[in-house]
Amino acid sequence: MTLLTAFARVEAAAAGRARLIRTVRHVHLGRRPLVVIPLQLAGEACAPLAVLLGDDPDKPRLLTVYEPRDRARRFEFAADLAEVILGHLDGYLPVDDASDDDAGDAGQDTGFSHDRAPAPEPLPDAPQLLVPNPNAAAFLRLLGRSTRLRRTDGEYAVRPTVPLLGRWLTHYAERAEVPGSVLLLPMTTALAEHWATGQSDLEDANLAALLGWIDPAEGLTGQQAARLAEDPVRCPPAGPVTDPTFDNEVLEGRMQAIRDASQSSDAPALARAQAAMDAALHGQLAPTWELMWRAHALLAALPEAAHAERRWKDDRRSFTAQAAWLREGGAPQPRRDSAVAAAKRLARLEREQQRLAVERAHDDPLVMAEYRLTGEAFAGTVVDADLTRVDTEGKKAKLRPWLIVRTTDAVIVEPGAVLTCPDYPSQAAKVIHVTTASDNGDNDNHDDHEDRDNDNDPVGTLVTLELSGGMGRALAAPPGTTPGLADVVTYTTLRDDFQPAPQFPSREETPWTHGGPPIEYVPTDDDAQEPWS
Amino acid sequence: MTGRQPSAAAQAALDRLRGRALPKNHDARTISALAANPGCARRALMDAAGVDKQRVAAQAGFPAPFGQSRFAIVRGNAFEAQVKENGAAQLLILLREVLGLDVSEVGYADFNDVGGNSSAEVRHRHTRHVLTAPDQPGRTLLDHPLLRLRVGGRPAYLEPDLIALRLDGTFHVIEIKSFAVIDGQADPGKVAAAAIQSAVYVRALRDLVAEAGRDPAAVSHQTILVAPRDFSSQPTAASLDVRRQLGVLDRQLSRIASIEDLLAQYPGTLTFDLDPDPQGRPRRPAAELTAAIGQVAANYAPECLATCELCFLCRDEAAGTTGALGKPVREDLGGIEYIAQARGLARGQLPAPEQAEIAAQLLRAAQLREQVLGEAV
Repeated sequence: MTLLTAFARVEAAAAGRARLIRTVRHVHLGRRPLVVIPLQLAGEACAPLAVLLGDDPDKPRLLTVYEPRDRARRFEFAADLAEVILGHLDGYLPVDDASDDDAGDAGQDTGFSHDRAPAPEPLPDAPQLLVPNPNAAAFLRLLGRSTRLRRTDGEYAVRPTVPLLGRWLTHYAERAEVPGSVLLLPMTTALAEHWATGQSDLEDANLAALLGWIDPAEGLTGQQAARLAEDPVRCPPAGPVTDPTFDNEVLEGRMQAIRDASQSSDAPALARAQAAMDAALHGQLAPTWELMWRAHALLAALPEAAHAERRWKDDRRSFTAQAAWLREGGAPQPRRDSAVAAAKRLARLEREQQRLAVERAHDDPLVMAEYRLTGEAFAGTVVDADLTRVDTEGKKAKLRPWLIVRTTDAVIVEPGAVLTCPDYPSQAAKVIHVTTASDNGDNDNHDDHEDRDNDNDPVGTLVTLELSGGMGRALAAPPGTTPGLADVVTYTTLRDDFQPAPQFPSREETPWTHGGPPIEYVPTDDDAQEPWS
Repeated sequence: MTGRQPSAAAQAALDRLRGRALPKNHDARTISALAANPGCARRALMDAAGVDKQRVAAQAGFPAPFGQSRFAIVRGNAFEAQVKENGAAQLLILLREVLGLDVSEVGYADFNDVGGNSSAEVRHRHTRHVLTAPDQPGRTLLDHPLLRLRVGGRPAYLEPDLIALRLDGTFHVIEIKSFAVIDGQADPGKVAAAAIQSAVYVRALRDLVAEAGRDPAAVSHQTILVAPRDFSSQPTAASLDVRRQLGVLDRQLSRIASIEDLLAQYPGTLTFDLDPDPQGRPRRPAAELTAAIGQVAANYAPECLATCELCFLCRDEAAGTTGALGKPVREDLGGIEYIAQARGLARGQLPAPEQAEIAAQLLRAAQLREQVLGEAV
């Protein structure tokens, strides 16, 4: 958290309504996202109970597992879920498979565009999955883990779509760890990134309470709305864990009725009992379905940030590569990454994190304000500019314009520091001088009395900057390639350039300290027959 | 340290605080929750007095948000039963791997009752007798022994799932949990909760061994967590080092042991009695009860929402404080305690000297928001 966000929370608490902490939306929203709300049976590692999903707010589809503790029922459910999810994914895949050859050697761990290797052009769009919270995303990851290694022949055979679903869910879950990725987006995370509420982070994990602060019902304060949202009867939890009271007082009875009916082979009773369980689960899920689409609409109303499209392209690229990998019959993701793959992945995640921070600051003046508050950036007006200044000291004359920026921000940068301006990202600005400005600009005023007044109320700092780059090759900067006199500009130490990726050994050269070269992963019978009970 | 008991006067004061209700006995879960918020006088006092916080909170109009699904309970019990089946055959294989238990060291003793008597006192005496006997007859695994820990002067009976005894005389506490360990990883929050609970058992077992004049170091700080592997019901075992948890627990227990100092701060008339009618239904007016609770300061943090029955009451009371928004918010605001104060400083109110720095920052934060959003502050 930052002071600016902490202050926004204080303001939200006092006002009884959430406060925006971003001016633009930093997450891309898909054209037709698939909303997925899973529920699991309490106490089990990964026993799906039900899922409500769909891409049309008016047509949610409910899938129920009438006996979640039965392995066979779980795989039937996985096949049903695969039909819906894979059906949705298919809509984004190319119709003709003739373009196989341009997919290249993309592995499972792809989707990072700034590896300089020529990446295939991504598909024009990718399917986005929206889930209520990070726990729902974690549940989908486990569901992927428990289905992707299954065999479609021999003992314990499952339908072919089951391992395919598992591999897609695993891909989505792994992709979700990449900072800035929105292929699988938990709604509470997206909302909390853009709004500060008058409650704690822990309470923000409740989608209904979070939305209560952001968009309370008519006549309620955010706090009142959030309190009402905490009542599990009025507002069932968004899952994947169900309300224990619902389990004990409703679900247990409904499941028992189904067991009784199937034991007595009473088909009409079974149908009635199943309909009753469907109804109960629908009642638990439907409120969250409404909240998901409300949250989606609130986010959609914010204008999208400039760099969100760049990150979405990475997401599309990862989707494209995974599709190509599956088409070529590549192996499923192993249980655990090899040492080299894990180290590479971690390095990439760190670089993405840094890159995301810079992009957000550049896209959003309110994020940049956080850096201005800590002195890592300042905003001000160009009060003097020598745009034709040429440095003749070297062998060859170079265009090096100078600007003087007056700012009231606290400036902690020192001469020699190199800054950038988000509006001119390819241009470096070296700090030449930093001086305190008095009321009359940088002229000293010797009138004692007035001078003292000025000291008490300083009008800011003057920063002299030398520009280089982004102005073409000529010795005169073309118009529009530099800030001009009276422009309002922001300069920051945050830069959109990165250390080259560290060199990692190939997997064949994994050092002995990391277990030596790993054995090529081949899914085993053990993996395929792993109990799921 | 934990054997120290409050004086008779303090005990009487605690009894009065609790009123006519029966004391609520601690278990490993409630004792480990004590360690979650050691700075809370309200919780320390109520727990020392054995107050049923759940009922008090409900009567004050803030029922606790906790419940447990029967599915989870059934699954937990079934897994424990399975692990202990056939003299814990599955478990022994795992213990040989984790503890290096020798194959010959196989013996199993059930402490769930003693000759058909399942009273706590009898079971505890039997446990003490067996655990401190000079020679240990081939008993490798002790099932549900009953330990005792004094909390605020009253004994709490604790029932670890299993204790393993090695040939060299070392004891290891074994905790059986039903959350899954998938590809070698488990939910960190659940593992942390299991570690602190195991530490409670280690503490109690060390007290027992020490009372018998033996070296408490015989009880290892390495405890064993047994949980289902991957998506199956096959158990897997991992070793947990609970030294840090033991430290936290000891500090909190000694705080409760020195309850006199805390009691001295409150009037002798203070009570959380619910004024039950002859059928035991509470009659005390909510406002009066809330006022009584309000006399003892709480130390609310949002984390309480997961651990304390009084959380909703304390949260309501903490409205207007920056701490209610979470520790990070309070820290970012330089420790300013009240929301109104932070807002005042952001609007140019004159700060106290020690707040000059954060006041300047807040003023600047407000200006920046106004500049960017056009939102007048």
